[in-house]
Amino acid sequence: MAELTIEACGLVKRFGGKAALAGLDLTVEPGRVVAVLGPNGAGKTTFVRAVATLLRLDGGVLRVAGLDVRRRPEAVRRAIGLAGQFASVEPAMTGRENLEMVARLYGQRARTARAGAADVLERFGLTADADRLARTYSGGMRRKLDLGASLVSRPRLLLLDEPTTGLDPRSRVELWDAIDGLVDQGTDVLLTTQYLDEAERLAGHVVIVDRGRAVASGPPAELKRRVGGSVLEVRARDRADLARIASALAGLGHAEPRVDEATRRVSVGTVEETAARGLAAGLRAVEDAGAEPLEIGVRQPTLEEVFLALTGGETPVTAAGASTGVTR
Amino acid sequence: MTAAGASRGATLPIATMLVARRAVLTFLRTPQLVVLGTVQLVGFLMTFRYVFGGAFDTRGGLSYVDFAVPGFVAAGVPFTLIGTAVVMAEDLQRGFVDRLRSLPFPSAAVLAGRVLADGVVLAWSLAIATLTGFAIGFRPHGSVPQALAAFGLCLVFGLAFSWVFITLGLLAGNGQAAQGMAMLVFPLTFGSSAYVPVETMPDWLRAFADNQPVTWMANAVRALTLGDHARRFLGHDAAYYVTGSLVWAVVIMVVFFCLAVARFRRG
Repeated sequence: MAELTIEACGLVKRFGGKAALAGLDLTVEPGRVVAVLGPNGAGKTTFVRAVATLLRLDGGVLRVAGLDVRRRPEAVRRAIGLAGQFASVEPAMTGRENLEMVARLYGQRARTARAGAADVLERFGLTADADRLARTYSGGMRRKLDLGASLVSRPRLLLLDEPTTGLDPRSRVELWDAIDGLVDQGTDVLLTTQYLDEAERLAGHVVIVDRGRAVASGPPAELKRRVGGSVLEVRARDRADLARIASALAGLGHAEPRVDEATRRVSVGTVEETAARGLAAGLRAVEDAGAEPLEIGVRQPTLEEVFLALTGGETPVTAAGASTGVTR
Repeated sequence: MTAAGASRGATLPIATMLVARRAVLTFLRTPQLVVLGTVQLVGFLMTFRYVFGGAFDTRGGLSYVDFAVPGFVAAGVPFTLIGTAVVMAEDLQRGFVDRLRSLPFPSAAVLAGRVLADGVVLAWSLAIATLTGFAIGFRPHGSVPQALAAFGLCLVFGLAFSWVFITLGLLAGNGQAAQGMAMLVFPLTFGSSAYVPVETMPDWLRAFADNQPVTWMANAVRALTLGDHARRFLGHDAAYYVTGSLVWAVVIMVVFFCLAVARFRRG
């Protein structure tokens, strides 16, 4: 078997007194899209920057395509492409100029760079806008150009740091489509995200990080099963009903239902195979208990719920808004 | 299909050229920067010549326009390069520097390219300032080689200030903060002999103005462009001021080069 695309063992990185990475272990096998999922401040970006040779680690071993990041950073850089959450293209250059510049910085000759840039523009549907300055592009187009720039050298590994943060829903889907199929062309992908749906849509393998450590990893479906496939949520008309609803729902999930007094909501991950069955079972249980719900529904688990289930009740760092159950 | 192993990465000279080209394009295509670098210089020159100029005593047979234009050219060097701090901070903030540093070329090219681009932008601004100077009545009294030496000296001085603003940009964190930090140019240029003779200043200010780099530069450019005319007024010959300016330039360059590189390496 070919060497691992990424092999990270016990990575430590401190900024001042704070550990951004606190013994992170992570592997990416060849031919894979791996998503690193976690809240703000979990260490996702620090990890990507370490893989991209942009920072010095305080401890641990990190190999990219079998190359030690500390000893052979130049060789690692030849094997990777980086696209950041800030869409790091030059606004005062055209799309084409941006791509040709990056291609030439990878060491390509002018002619090869020109051809490669044209290819990438075509592939991402930017040919018509190729000779406009990037500052006239929409947010979605800029991200695509950024992604394209990281692909002009056909890297062995593409690093995507929160590729769709701040994009509108349509641009998100377009970018996802652009990321699809990279693996078939010989590029493995490591992406970071705060969104469960994004990880699920793009990656065959998800690593959940919290406070600089990997807390769980596996295929998205498996991780979700550990949470309970979907979440049943009941909103009570009366605060007095909350306890009764909670006990009625107790038998339906893997874990104890969560009660949020402020919003009068009770939620639990259902054990039922389909969302519809979960909903039916929930409605029955609540009615049998003699409570009258204002709303009842099933939804995807939020990142916090995945965390709560996987970290055994430990709230993630940024889960200040957890009680409202809002996905960030 | 994957050419990953095959790509060697750009060499230092090619990467430096590419980074510099991008920086020059950014300058030319960002009207605010062009305005900052050139129109401001012209505006200043006109204002001092025609608005304030009449109020200054003509000294030692030296007309105010002959006194002021070399000073403006010298003081214009740090003014022109303020944009470098802003662009550097913004590049860092929005991840452009990260992108460059993740590419397989010597990362020294990121800073070297910036300095090279500053040289190009500076040459352009100096040309504008010189032409404007001629238009408002400045006439050199020295030889052509001396005038060229003055131009070269300004570029060397610019090289030093380029590292100052790169350092500020790397430290600032964002463009606005960088712009604020770059305001140090004001005391440095106004508290010098660039616009008015230092003899008119109070003692405490004069102690600063007499010794600081912009004064040395302004006097060196005067000595080189005005010949004997200036000698009577300044008190020393061109070699004296040129040497002092070069010492200042080297000190500034070494200090800020080290600071910038240390900051840049830390990532």
